[in-house]
Amino acid sequence: MANTSQAMEPSEEVLKDLHFRMVRIRHFEEEAGKLMEQGKSPGALHLYIGEEAVASGVMVHLSDNDQITSTHRGHGHLVAKGGEFKRMYAELFGRETGYNKGRGGSMHISNVDAGMLGANGIVAAGPPIAVGAAFSNKYLARIEGRDQMNVAVPFFGDGATNEGAFHEAANMAAVWKLPVVFVCENNGFGEFTRQEDHQAISDIADRAAGYGMPGVICDGMDAVAVWEAAGEAIERARNGEGPTLVECKTYRFVDHVGLSGIGLHYRTDEELEAWRARDPIEQHEKRLIELGVMTQDEVQAVHDAVMEDIAESIEFAENSPLPDPADLLNDVYTPTAAS
Amino acid sequence: MTTADAPAERQLVYTLAITEGVRQALQEDPLAFMAGEDIGEAGSVFGIYRGLYDEFGPDRVLDTPISESGIIGLAVGAGATGLKPIVDIMFMDFIGECMDEIVNQLAKMRYMFGGKATLPVTVLTMSGAGLNLAAQHSQSLEAWLCHTPGLKVVMPATAYDVKGAIITAAREPNPVFVVMCKGLMALPGDVPEEPYTLPIGKAKVVREGEGLTIVAHGRMIHEATKAADLLEADGVSVEVIDPLWLQPLDTETIINSVSKTHNALVVHEAVRFGGIGAEIAAQIAELSFDYLDAPVARVAAPFSPVPFSPVLEQSYVPNAERIATEAKRILGLG
Ligand SMILES: Cc1ncc(C[n+]2csc(CCOP(=O)(O)OP(=O)(O)O)c2C)c(N)n1
Ligand SMILES: [Mg+2]
Repeated sequence: MANTSQAMEPSEEVLKDLHFRMVRIRHFEEEAGKLMEQGKSPGALHLYIGEEAVASGVMVHLSDNDQITSTHRGHGHLVAKGGEFKRMYAELFGRETGYNKGRGGSMHISNVDAGMLGANGIVAAGPPIAVGAAFSNKYLARIEGRDQMNVAVPFFGDGATNEGAFHEAANMAAVWKLPVVFVCENNGFGEFTRQEDHQAISDIADRAAGYGMPGVICDGMDAVAVWEAAGEAIERARNGEGPTLVECKTYRFVDHVGLSGIGLHYRTDEELEAWRARDPIEQHEKRLIELGVMTQDEVQAVHDAVMEDIAESIEFAENSPLPDPADLLNDVYTPTAAS
Repeated sequence: MTTADAPAERQLVYTLAITEGVRQALQEDPLAFMAGEDIGEAGSVFGIYRGLYDEFGPDRVLDTPISESGIIGLAVGAGATGLKPIVDIMFMDFIGECMDEIVNQLAKMRYMFGGKATLPVTVLTMSGAGLNLAAQHSQSLEAWLCHTPGLKVVMPATAYDVKGAIITAAREPNPVFVVMCKGLMALPGDVPEEPYTLPIGKAKVVREGEGLTIVAHGRMIHEATKAADLLEADGVSVEVIDPLWLQPLDTETIINSVSKTHNALVVHEAVRFGGIGAEIAAQIAELSFDYLDAPVARVAAPFSPVPFSPVLEQSYVPNAERIATEAKRILGLG
């Protein structure tokens, strides 16, 4: 377990920021899910509803110079990293104005300029890429003579920790003391398979010891708890003290794909309700109001502003141009510099 | 279209033909078991194995962790020691995760061990574009497999063929990849109730004709048939051949056809460069050069990843119109 330095207290600004990011994710995802079910958003969307505290709690600590890698469930990570709704919906709709010019869609949505190295259709593809980014961060800090390093954060699920790629990445990050914070979103399932049926441990943080890095567990339904755990790990990474594995216990409120999914009964209503009762946004709003950081009206105003942004953004996306099939072969390769 | 010995009595959709093939393979051999991600109670994300877990239980229908390399390794080890593994790699794109187990272990173990090991392994996987699933869930990577000595590869495009392919693969003492087509999941077809097999390495003449041979596999067989209809309306008689088995490939049936029609067009959904069509075109050029009235032509995907945007994906995947246009060009009718 990580040694606790002085306990961090979130400022009012941080508390509001956590709220704003979570609310943006929730509404973005709910609308995206509806659009998918109305057939307006093609392909498959894996929604982040219920897990908002994780992306938000981590991302508050990161700047555009820090990188993240994401998963198939990647919209929330991009939203929390400052993704613009216009360009995100445009991507989901396959438009030229989307973040990936419509080439990638939900499963590959990215914003390299802000250090968001892509959602990913391949489970556990992110951690090794994040290790590469962290290597780059350490290398560049050295040649530029900086003490503080940029940090790379791979997000990945409980299911992903059963892929060899995850183990290889964790080991490399530890042995080279790279600035990586491995953030496991343990939502208890890989698709429809319960964690207890896919691995013989319940705390994924236990694996950290096997790589020689600290492992921490936090309540992934509590944005402040995530913020705290991630903050400490990111600080260590920045200062050259090496990687940490942060496990966030969370739950997805909707199905594996879309809102209602394919109708398999793999979890009980009681279980779902018990987790919904710990809704990360409701819990956080209660805290904001109790602490006097925001009033109910101010909270509502955040929701309203986000919804307004969404409405405008969907309209923008719907009216955006489609890619031109004549450009199909663009961007397969980077043009070679003339010699 | 089914072969003459298949009584046309009952229709099943492609997905249910898959289920029935696996069910009968498990029924007829107590050493056969199935493993894959979410194939147990969930019956796979495609719903293709629904009911098998209830019928055969968790000892024979295993949900695995998300560990593709582990899944193929399991099949290699269990297959080499007496069991008959039938394993599922959900999307064909994920074979990237387990290429070492496939190429360096599964395919080569028998040869490297001087014929002392037997690998009766069936791998089922879903390929193909058209569902807006983007670059990592839409590929047709059959050429990767066909390039590897030791593997057999079948790509069934009808309900009849997919059931037959699975049972054939399960009874075969060699590794067989059954590459299924997700774009065909709802396709109905005649499927006999009893177990049956397909002759390994035997192509199907889907339609007879005189003026052009189209060789197509997977989902493209249906586009080729539609193209043949379009061409027929223009007075061109087209023979359509589905190799079905890409490894081993039925060169003879293809060559015989081209020797008759004097023109050949090869179609597939995978990218054109280095695709199986290149091998087929080369064999035609080598073996029936003297019969050809025009160079062998190919219609396949352009050299890019599968794009997400539906408008791009539609222009990426070959279709009947493009096949017909290319056919007319080589026939000098365009
Ligand atoms: C290499 C690979 N194998 C399988 C899949 C299919 N798949 C997509 S999501 C998923 C479950 C992932 O579970 P987890 O890592 O826990 O993430 P969660 O969906 O719970 O967020 C699976 C098996 C895939 N996309 N890539
Ligand atoms: Mg999970």
